[in-house]
Formats: sequence, structure tokens, C-alpha cells
Amino acid sequence: MAVFGGHRRDDNPALPPGQYLTESFPVLSSGPTPSIDMEDWEFFIHTEAGQTHRWTWDQFIALPSQDISVDIHCVTSWSKLGTGWRGVSLDTLFAEVETGFDFVMAHSYGGYTTNLPLGELLNGRAWIAYEYDGDELDAEHGGPARLLVPHLYFWKSAKWVRGLVMQSEDNPGFWEENGYNLHGDPWREERYA
Amino acid sequence: MTSRAIGWRTGSLERAHPLTASARSITFTVSSWPGNDAGQHVDVRLTAPDGYQAVRSYSIASTGAGEEIELAIDRLPDGEVSPFLVDDLELGDTVELRGPLGGWFVWRPEQTQPVQLIAGGSGVVPLIAMTRAHASAGSSVPMQLLYSLRTPDDAFFRDELSQPSATARTTWHYTRAVPSGWSRSAGRLTAEDLKRETLPPEHVPLTYICGRTGFVETVSRALISLGHVPDNIRTERFGGT
Amino acid sequence: MDHLDGNVLAGPSTDLFAFEATTTQCQCQSCADIAMLGQAMVYGQPMGFVARCRNCDNVLIVIVERAGQKSLNMRGLRWLRVADQATNDRI
Repeated sequence: MAVFGGHRRDDNPALPPGQYLTESFPVLSSGPTPSIDMEDWEFFIHTEAGQTHRWTWDQFIALPSQDISVDIHCVTSWSKLGTGWRGVSLDTLFAEVETGFDFVMAHSYGGYTTNLPLGELLNGRAWIAYEYDGDELDAEHGGPARLLVPHLYFWKSAKWVRGLVMQSEDNPGFWEENGYNLHGDPWREERYA
Repeated sequence: MTSRAIGWRTGSLERAHPLTASARSITFTVSSWPGNDAGQHVDVRLTAPDGYQAVRSYSIASTGAGEEIELAIDRLPDGEVSPFLVDDLELGDTVELRGPLGGWFVWRPEQTQPVQLIAGGSGVVPLIAMTRAHASAGSSVPMQLLYSLRTPDDAFFRDELSQPSATARTTWHYTRAVPSGWSRSAGRLTAEDLKRETLPPEHVPLTYICGRTGFVETVSRALISLGHVPDNIRTERFGGT
Repeated sequence: MDHLDGNVLAGPSTDLFAFEATTTQCQCQSCADIAMLGQAMVYGQPMGFVARCRNCDNVLIVIVERAGQKSLNMRGLRWLRVADQATNDRI
């Protein structure tokens, strides 16, 4: 009798529970890849005081950036280790932002949203990434720029990110509203609500 | 079918034979299977010993009443389910099946509109079900198939489609390599090819297209540019896992 | 990402509806396009089934399946029109 094994699950200590290792970079998207004119691209942070901090593409890539090497974990069970990115730390982007709110809703070109606690975006744990593996980030992987929050399941790392809106409560984003976990820590297997 | 309680049934592998180097026909016996229309699909669920489950949708190649259903599966290189079904599953092994599913990408013998079928690669599976339903019903409605393949070796069901008794004529198109002596060179299916090889808009055919997303997209756009109306085009795309 | 056709919703919707979902006519809340659900474009697998309007990409329906439960969101639909079983569900 043939026994179905699914993708091989390894005992690699770098793998969170229930994850398997992949060398490829699967693409998952809740909608079509948006076409974004770089002339119009912007990244913004909007606060409860009604203030909007904006960066054009040129302003954004002129900010100090970092090389980032991290493991990423998709809720659909694949993990990819040692991925290399270049991007701007959210500490840099939040340097001038004043807010009393503890939560963030990330908004993307194309309408995608995902919610995050502000505390988990700061202190060197999250970036707006615009290069992957030494090249500009492909559109199918979220280019020109995506959120990168590697310590949470990868749906939190919103592709085609456009801006962050501060929120007083942890209101759910797109997948979170449809049954996925509000927080999404892969080490605690926070897959579903 | 009178009940909507579809649920999961157990299918036992009854017969299997290779279709190509990467594909296999697998026929399951499914007790109390209600029969299916041509073009319907079934969800296959596999469960690993640790409880992990994977579900995939496959078109059904067989049609009509009876407790047997035939699937024709192509092995995808990075696939999780298809390599198991093509390479590992043995006679007598069981899988869980949910179906028959879908009512839109379906051809029924009582339909009277001329039918153009267009297959890309393993997208031929639901369409062969339609040619089988057409033959077994003795339908007099015009039905023809345009089958686009990478190479001659990639054909599913070539003998069956080439039989003189086939009621639906098949036109073969090759994108990478052609058989020796073939009059045309290999290349992607173009609007010109479609104009020459498919029923014209004046015949108001109902067209069924099945293949990878890119193929379906290209072909349906070309058909619309030739004057076919979108509501007469039905599509079934398949993805990569 | 490659999308699929609304046909693929037939499986996950079997436990949710007492009718064949893919041949159900519906209207998009956003652009008023009327189509069969089988004509929608489906993204989001394997996280879930995100059915979008063929005309304007508006999200019509989201189904998320997991062991033991399903989540259904239909906010993008103005209405569904369901044919009687006799005409819709004959085999």
C-alpha cells in the first residue's frame, strides 16, 4: 500500500512546528498583481491626529537601508531559510511619527490589508523591502516594495505595500477577517483564529 | 442527482495505465457514486499518517452513470499530490473523493449549440469526457476539438481521439516539436491558427477552453478578437500544485 | 499569480449551500456585472478561495476551509439568483 507523506517535514530546528522546507519561492496572492506606475508610487504612514507622512519612490530609496537575511514561514506550511533582502527599517520610517495607537493596518496597492501590533514592527523586526536576492523585487513577490515582518507568518508581510494606518484596536485585515489568526506567530502555530 | 449532501466518499483504485512519460490514467471504484456530467470535477483528499491533509481538484475523464470514475493526472515537478497519484498509488489503495462537482464547465447531450473544444496539454481531460458523452449519446450537434500540445509524446488518449468512429474531429497543434512529416512548424497557438482550426463566430459555437491560466487567457482573448462573444466561452484554468 | 475559474468553488461550497454554487447567477456589489459564479476569477489558494468579479476584480466571495470549519464571506455580492433544483441539479 502506498502511504501519502505530503511534503517532507524535517526535524530542522530552524523550522517552526508543522512547516516543511522549500528551496523554491511559491507565490500566493489574494488578487491580481497590480500595475504600479513608479511616478505615482508612494509610501505613507497615517496617524490618529490626521497627519500623513509620505515618501515618494526617490525619497524612499534615499533613506538608509539594510541588508537583511531572515527565515520566512508561510501559513500554507512552507518555510524558506536564509532569504536575502534589502530594505528600509520601519524604525527609520517611524522616527518622526507621533502616535498613541498600538496597532497598524497595512494597506497595499490592489486593496489587500493586514493588521499588526506596532510594537512588532519596531526595534529591528520589520522593514519595507525593495530588493530580493540582490535584484529588484519582482512584482509577483510584491515589488516594487513589500512589508517584511519575518517573525510572523508571511501573509503579514503585505506585498505591494502602500501605507500604514494607525488604529486604536487590532481590527482584522483581509485574511484575518476570514478566519486567520490576528497575530500569526509561526512558533506558536497561530494559523487560525 | 437529487441530494446536495455530497460529502467525502472512498474511492478504491481499480485500474491504472500510463498515458505519457509523466501522466497516468487512474480509475477508481466509488460506491454509491451518482454518475457525472461531462466536464465535472472531483476533489481528491489525501491524508498522511500524521493527520496532514492535501486536497486537489481534478477533472473527470469519464462520464455518465456507474460507480467507476477515470481521472488522468499529469505529474507536476514540484507537486505534492500529483507525483503520489502518478507514481505511488497502487491498485486497491483508497483516496477520499468529493463530487461530482461543478455545473458551469459542463456539456450535456441535450444541448443544441455547436461545440468547439480547445485543450492545452492535460487540459484535455474534461474535454475528452465531452467527446465521450457526445459519442455515447449519438449527438448530432457539431463538436470538434483543437488539442494544443508541446510535443507528440505529450498526447493523452491519442488512439481514442484518432479513431475513425470518433464523432468529434480532433485537430492537433504542437508548440515545441512536431511529428515527422508534419506540414506545420511548432509554435504557440495564434489567432490565425484559431481562425483556421475552430468553428467561426457565424456558427455561434459554445467554446470550452481548458489548460493552464496563460493558455486559457491567450486563447479566450484571441477568440473574442475574432468575434466570439464572451458569454459563449467557458473556461477552466488549472494552477501549479 | 495564476488565478483559477469559479468552477473550483464547487467543492468548498458543497457544505455551505443547498444549491450548485457555480451555476448561480450573482451581481457584483461594486460594478453591477451579472455573471455565473463559475465565471468569477479565483485567487488565494491554498490559503483560501478568493472569488473576484471577472469585470472589476472586486472580491465577491471568500471561503476559507480548515479542519472542522469553513468561513464564508459574501460581502461583495449584491444578490444571488438560484435556479430550482429541477433545472439546476440534474444528472
